Amino acid sequence: MAHRYFPHTAEDVQHMLDVCGAKSIMDLYADVPEQLRLGRNYNLPAARDEQQVRRQFAALQNTALECFAGAGAYAHFCPAVVDSIVSRSEYLTSYTPYQSEISQGTLQYIFEYQSMLAQLTAMDVCNASMYDGATASAEAIIMAVNATRKRRRALVSATLNPDVIDVMRTYARYHRIDLDLIPEADGVTDLVAMEQLLQKGDVAAVVLPQPNYYGIVEDLSGVADKVHAAKALLVINSPASPLAVIRPAGKWGADIAVGDAQSLGMPLCVGGPYLGYMCCTKALMRKIPGRIVGATTDKNGQRTFVLTLQAREQHIRREKATSNICSNQGVMTLRAAIYLSLLGNEGLRQVNAISADKAHRLAAALVATGKARLAFPDKPFLHEFAIDLQGVSAQQLIDALVAKGILAGVAIADNRLLVAATECCSEEAIQTYVSTLENL
Amino acid sequence: MNRQLYEKLIFDYSRPGRRGFYFAEGDAPMPQLPENLLRQTPAELPEVDEPTVVRHYNNQSTNNFGVDTGFYPLGSCTMKYNPKVNDLLASDPGFAAIHPKQPAATMQGALQLYYELQQSLSEIGGMSEFTLNPYAGAHGELTGLMVIHAYHDHRGDSARTKVLVPDSAHGTNPASAAVCGYEVVEVKSLADGTVDVDDLRSKLDNTVAAMMMTNPNTVGMFEKHIPEIAEAVHAAGALLYYDGANLNPMLGVARPGDMGFDVMHINLHKTFSTPHGGGGPGAGPVGVRAGLEQFLPSPRVVKLADGSFSVDQHSATALGRISSNLGNYGVLIRAWAYILTMGCDGLAHVGPLATLNANYVMHRLKGLYLLPIPGPCKHEFVFDGLIDKSTGVTTLNVAKRLLDMGFHAPTIYFPLLFHESLMIEPTETESLDTLDTFCEAMRQIAREAAESPEVVKEAPHLTPAVRPDDTEAALHPIVTYKELCNK
Repeated sequence: MAHRYFPHTAEDVQHMLDVCGAKSIMDLYADVPEQLRLGRNYNLPAARDEQQVRRQFAALQNTALECFAGAGAYAHFCPAVVDSIVSRSEYLTSYTPYQSEISQGTLQYIFEYQSMLAQLTAMDVCNASMYDGATASAEAIIMAVNATRKRRRALVSATLNPDVIDVMRTYARYHRIDLDLIPEADGVTDLVAMEQLLQKGDVAAVVLPQPNYYGIVEDLSGVADKVHAAKALLVINSPASPLAVIRPAGKWGADIAVGDAQSLGMPLCVGGPYLGYMCCTKALMRKIPGRIVGATTDKNGQRTFVLTLQAREQHIRREKATSNICSNQGVMTLRAAIYLSLLGNEGLRQVNAISADKAHRLAAALVATGKARLAFPDKPFLHEFAIDLQGVSAQQLIDALVAKGILAGVAIADNRLLVAATECCSEEAIQTYVSTLENL
Repeated sequence: MNRQLYEKLIFDYSRPGRRGFYFAEGDAPMPQLPENLLRQTPAELPEVDEPTVVRHYNNQSTNNFGVDTGFYPLGSCTMKYNPKVNDLLASDPGFAAIHPKQPAATMQGALQLYYELQQSLSEIGGMSEFTLNPYAGAHGELTGLMVIHAYHDHRGDSARTKVLVPDSAHGTNPASAAVCGYEVVEVKSLADGTVDVDDLRSKLDNTVAAMMMTNPNTVGMFEKHIPEIAEAVHAAGALLYYDGANLNPMLGVARPGDMGFDVMHINLHKTFSTPHGGGGPGAGPVGVRAGLEQFLPSPRVVKLADGSFSVDQHSATALGRISSNLGNYGVLIRAWAYILTMGCDGLAHVGPLATLNANYVMHRLKGLYLLPIPGPCKHEFVFDGLIDKSTGVTTLNVAKRLLDMGFHAPTIYFPLLFHESLMIEPTETESLDTLDTFCEAMRQIAREAAESPEVVKEAPHLTPAVRPDDTEAALHPIVTYKELCNK
């Protein structure tokens, strides 16, 4: 049984068996009925050494592309400091900080993360993370249902990312919440339709995106008043990074702010791990799911941090908990905290300005080819936009650009393409993108 | 871990004008957006230089205890060694730069890994197919229950509104059932910690959708009546769900599928060695027996006739989508590297060595600590505090004193079957030397409890923080830096 992760020598095993009064290790499994035992090795390859494993991984064929795709996952630059610190095994190999005396490192960065996200969203409270922006949105609906009592309807804008809507639908179906889509009108939420739907009288939550799936920054003026007049809660879903430059959820009067914080220093990595964030008003603090870190003092009067308000959580309240969440995205909140510490407000503003500038220049150049037009030309956008292609399908453009090492975007209809730019997009790639469309 | 608390927050180092990052290409003009769509007051984020950021977070890390720091016998959490090569492979640009929506033809390697890992887990679990999309164990439980719900719905059997859960179950079991819209009914345990089959039978009828179990259970006992339980549950038309939190001791020995379980999840951050990251990210893949595959969530990775891989975004009978993409992919990479490294021959010894380690510690300490359920245990066991109750030393005191001695504490006050639960899980990656040192520390604590109980009751003495005031934290919550400044 020699294996580099097993410290046991044959003598060790014999000694331990003697102490246990057992003849063989399998004596310790005497209570496992014979017919349930596997009685063979798994049908899997034999152990490989480290070189062999690394060679096997090296043989996997993936093509890294210069990325103009977004749709919820953005190729922003991440400073080396983030990866360097996050790889420290004091952080990486620790468990949930239940023993606060020896977990101040984890507790403190979560507190810092909570503080930073509360600032970005302009909300009072932030929890210690959700899995991703989609599950955070689903849990926001459940939270609103619990907070508004007996109301079991959620209104969700059709301009929200469809994957996020799908996840909310799944949670809502099994949690017996009625989910109605608020239709879109010219790329934005149809607020007149929202008011009509609110008249059903049993709405717990209205969920709106900002910016929306098409990259459009929606004008949500007066929305909170209407939602609150109907005794419902307003939930705003935003990717985290743009909150440095656009009016944040708290300033629109949101009760709950959710979204994905992948844009704060997380690699694309085939879709995960990312970071769902959830923030709320002080009034709703005791309804929020998941862990929260709070400040207190220890026996010596030192400022210390602990997991707090645990009476909301599954390990205490079991089926009466605000959520079943236990493991969250832990160390991804450290990534976000370090990223934000390095960039500060000014750096994050620049990331958004440079990304938006590139997106606007690319959009203008694509339109100038005569083969594309903005899907919603009158609507304001930042670094993501939808184009309608003429005489060429979205898939044709994607294929043509993949051949040149570029990911053109995400096809959201036969001839409609969702395109995002970040500070990482090179001028050469932008030119190649435009000339490729021109020549198709 | 050090003995000093680095007290400052990153905000405390902030000075106007300090920068930890800049763009050589300079600034760019913001697009013209209507004024009321723009942010008016800047977010108060720290302004700090790069060396300060690095030193702050490095110092903070030394206030932390991880598996790489020392022994972490946290029951039901399976804190085994996290191999470093797995982290290296997970950070490879070949994965890091792949956008989840890029064409399948450009990410065949990533999809192949997903497919082969799901096949490996199916073999290990004795299941037909897995989804790797669930983000964590509790997310896996919820997904598994949704699969069960979808299965009953598909058969037009809508009267099943209850989920049975043993009283010894992990807290996530009843919580997941509640999120899935089920009523939770508790099943009693017998004195030996196993499920009371008679009580179970009395609660089984056509209103029960599923029974959730972990096997071995949370007191580390194998549920030896599992064939009988499976038969009874299936006879009532319900399905049997396996909580994979305690799968580790079964590796190489027995498979949930062969025990009669229909649906299961696996905590890759426990059994398959991926790091816990101070709370996450984990991964909670869900497996199903033959006949239930169609209900697994979208998206699914499928292998086409030509041997290539594709992503099936929507399937009509699937329960729906439970994640934006293909789960915590970076965690999947690590788990696959672990399986390749261990191989079938290595995996065969994981369960037995974990069980040997647990039984060894149990035998070394049972003369001083109360063992309410005699062994042999599996991967973990539970003491009900010290045998000598006259000293007034509690399980909490013992746990805190262990911190002084350089160990993480066991899981305490769980399971709820005993008043002074102290739940110990050593895992297979701990050496005899480490176990002996831990046992000696536990014996010393027992001696101290008898001779100078105050030393134990006032512990910890040597940690960076000492006995934080949890009550004050909950009474007057301070959860952001801004609130801390305004205090």
